[in-house]
Amino acid sequence: MNTWSDVWGFPFGRLTWDALPVMDIFKADGRTELLSGITGTAAAGMAVLGFVLVVILITVKGWWRPLWSEWLTSVDHKKIGIMYIVFSFVMLARALAEAFVMRSQQVVGHDGGGIVMPEHFAQLFTTHGTIMIFFMAMPFLTGMINFAMPLQIGARDVAFPVLNSVSLMLTIAGGVILMVSLVLEPFSTGGWTGYPPYTELSYNPGAGPDYWIWAVTLSSVGSTFTGLNFAVTIYKKRCPGMTLMRMPLFTWTSLCTSILMIFAMPPLTIATALLALDRYMGFHFFTNGGGGNMMNYANLFWLFGHPEVYILILPAFGIWSEVFATFSGKTLYGYTALVIATMAIAVLSFTVWVHHFFTMGQSANLNAAFGIATMLIGVPTGVKIYDWMLTMYRGRVRISVPMLYAIAFLFLFTIGGLSGILLANPTIDYQTHNTLFLVAHFHNMLIPGLLYGMIAGYTMWFPKAFGFRLDERWGYRAAWCWIIGFMGAFFPLYVLGLMGMPRRMSGYFTGEWLPWTIIALGGAAVILAGFLSLIVQLWVSVRDRKRLAVPVGDPWDGRSLEWGLPAPAPEWNFPALPRVEGRDAFATLKASGRDLGPPEDGFEDIWLPKNAAFGPVIGALGTALAFTLTWHMWWAVLPLAALVPLVIIAQGFRRNTEKRIPAEEVRKEWRAFRELAARTPRVPRSSEYTRDNRGHAIPMAQEAAR
Amino acid sequence: MPPTVPKRRAWLRVGALAAVWAAAGKAQAESFLDPAGPVAAAQVTHLRIILIIMAIVVIPVFAATPWLIRRYRYGRPKGDYRPDWSFSTLFEWLAWGVPVIVVLILAVYLWGRTHSLDPYNPVPGAAGKPLVVDVVGYDWKWLFIYPEEGVASVGELAFPASRPLELHLTSDTVMQSFLIPRLGSQIYAMKGMRTKLNLAADSPGTFEGRNTQYNGEGFYTQTFKARAMSDAAFSHWVSKAKASGLPFDGKARDAVEAKSNKVELARKLDQPTGQPILFSTAPSAMFDEIAGLKETAQ
Repeated sequence: MNTWSDVWGFPFGRLTWDALPVMDIFKADGRTELLSGITGTAAAGMAVLGFVLVVILITVKGWWRPLWSEWLTSVDHKKIGIMYIVFSFVMLARALAEAFVMRSQQVVGHDGGGIVMPEHFAQLFTTHGTIMIFFMAMPFLTGMINFAMPLQIGARDVAFPVLNSVSLMLTIAGGVILMVSLVLEPFSTGGWTGYPPYTELSYNPGAGPDYWIWAVTLSSVGSTFTGLNFAVTIYKKRCPGMTLMRMPLFTWTSLCTSILMIFAMPPLTIATALLALDRYMGFHFFTNGGGGNMMNYANLFWLFGHPEVYILILPAFGIWSEVFATFSGKTLYGYTALVIATMAIAVLSFTVWVHHFFTMGQSANLNAAFGIATMLIGVPTGVKIYDWMLTMYRGRVRISVPMLYAIAFLFLFTIGGLSGILLANPTIDYQTHNTLFLVAHFHNMLIPGLLYGMIAGYTMWFPKAFGFRLDERWGYRAAWCWIIGFMGAFFPLYVLGLMGMPRRMSGYFTGEWLPWTIIALGGAAVILAGFLSLIVQLWVSVRDRKRLAVPVGDPWDGRSLEWGLPAPAPEWNFPALPRVEGRDAFATLKASGRDLGPPEDGFEDIWLPKNAAFGPVIGALGTALAFTLTWHMWWAVLPLAALVPLVIIAQGFRRNTEKRIPAEEVRKEWRAFRELAARTPRVPRSSEYTRDNRGHAIPMAQEAAR
Repeated sequence: MPPTVPKRRAWLRVGALAAVWAAAGKAQAESFLDPAGPVAAAQVTHLRIILIIMAIVVIPVFAATPWLIRRYRYGRPKGDYRPDWSFSTLFEWLAWGVPVIVVLILAVYLWGRTHSLDPYNPVPGAAGKPLVVDVVGYDWKWLFIYPEEGVASVGELAFPASRPLELHLTSDTVMQSFLIPRLGSQIYAMKGMRTKLNLAADSPGTFEGRNTQYNGEGFYTQTFKARAMSDAAFSHWVSKAKASGLPFDGKARDAVEAKSNKVELARKLDQPTGQPILFSTAPSAMFDEIAGLKETAQ
């Protein structure tokens, strides 16, 4: 025996040919095993093919240099935001495909068999959940905040631009690990919550839970940095006059989400770290024996997990606030109430985590207290719903694409809230816990709540990022598909849950469940069509970008500062930091016939942070560390781990980190923009979705007065 | 434009769906909405009452949103336009006050129900001395130990319908969750710990039970039948187990602890599959050992 290789895992650690999904085909015994192997191999093949195609495309087009110098190393908050969102779309594609396979399995897996083996099915629901939470929803909302929040508060960038890049790259590193796990199997089968002792060494000795631990750890560290970064940005980087109570609601919800990230992500990092100690060093935090107790994990995980739900939903609430006000041509109803409600939700979110395990055997007093705390969250949430409705009251409501999502959200989210109140009752939860009723409930909150909100925000802010609108025809198609598809896919799950069908079933023998799973599969197909419509929309919009261009930057008669900037916004955002006199800063300016003016005391040089390779390097190191740790390649782990502090120290020695934008350049660009605006006719809202909309809006109030 | 479907083909599709539906109806789903015991019945009542109370806050959203969109739509507005209107004391009171009152009512109700239906307490209104059964979760089957009767079983939880059930649960593997939907609540089973669950059946019948917490590839097969019987039938069941059941010896214990579902276990023990496995002796000390009730030298 080669002891050196045994001890140091040189060169491949415990990685063997068996990790390749194609081996499942060779070893298949029976039809389902074969189909399962083919499904897994096809998925891995698609991942590899996609990667190769992208590499070829970039090489052929000669994009490597611009990709590196204009995107990957960029610390511009707008570009980082865009990269977050691109990343989340890629991950969304994979997790949606997995959902579709799971739905199919529950149709064909009736009476056993089907297209994936139980173990494979378990990997699917684990990656689906892990991706959707950590690598779709989190990057999507982080990207959205990154892009819009600094613009809304009149800042040039976030407080720590390089750290922002590190956060992005750590998140991507986690995503890369998930994609690698598709090609070098297996991933964890322990669900997105990774409950021990199932994920402990004694029950799952393989690489799966380790992949999960490191992917989630990378992402949670990145999100902690993001929370710190955004909170400091909002506290310290607001422009003159932008008091807290003048901030747009989206900025408020961003602040609350950041606070939640700061307090809620560390428990997750701790939980995964302790689990890693159990698995790597023989500790006994959550093991069955040796004094371990998995209940501690459940508490730590949900101490993160419940605030996480509000980390996800609050930014969407912010977007809804912007959407309802903008597309009702009216100021937001109940600003103060909405701020209080947002903060109330943020605080209460730390007081409800036990409702994730009412069934763990604690006393009725404890369960009842947490049940009531859970229902209390319904109060501020209900206030928000009513305030958005009252925003439409006495307004002029335009059913634009974001508004279509918003209205669907009002209805569907109310249904989700209703099922949430049911689940908050321990008495009901004792029946519906671990069933598809619960699965339906949280998808009902997260798809109409979070995802519709993110797509609405993406539709609304896309012109600000790229200078042209997204094609509306495909926008409506996508919206209808998402709405109908959601109802088709998840309302049957409510029924199935009440009929006693547990979650995570790869097979079942109860015929009464079958019809409902068929309907759910149909719904999933419509959702898939919705996603494809979004892709087509993007393609069509890029193709027709001349027709859809809105260079003056205010295509929707917007209300907050960002709409006063050209589209796309310049790298330095504001030629001079604006001075704000009230809420709805840009709407107020427009109402009095003004614009974001030139600086009162002349243009000055602007200093911006230079590009930094630090983020990508940390991301690459994180990916390599996670991979080598997962496969026990100790010979590589040690030098990689040693490199991390060295790189951080090296970054500390970096001087000359800022670049100067000469005042003259800023002045010229601003002059050109104002001249363009002056010769571009203002359009009424009826022309919003026409070629005439070049981003120069007649304020709705003036239009109505004419 | 939606593509037009020829009428006949559309009907064919509906027919196919209906056929699937009819064929699927064969195996009944076991839902608490069809309660067979006082706990499940109380849970259904609770569910209905919450739905009714919640209508107070839900209906306004469903009724007013379409009205608002129609009345204030940009194209043909009817109502007045007040772009700066952003506050109304009346609406503010309604928006906060109504949900607060609804939640208060629900909270009082929740507190009472959570206590009266606490799975650790005897089932309210169920007469008779509870039958104690120790339940051990394995990958992927449940072992039911009857300490008083001195028997045990896998795949079947038999009990007299005239007496409530007092279940003590633990797991000899990862965490599991024990649920018989038509009877009532579910509770986790965890190694080194004992949880409790009190249930009762209204009358004799057979109810499906299962583990709802994912615990590996055999998870979906981890079901069992809960059989509420007449007193005579239960005595008969116990004597049958004593007479013709397997002894719960070292071999049986090894087989039960190995990863297998109840069918694979039956094969291993040379028992007929598709029937519950009965044991003529009860490993009564084993439960306390697994549940950590007996402190071992540590």
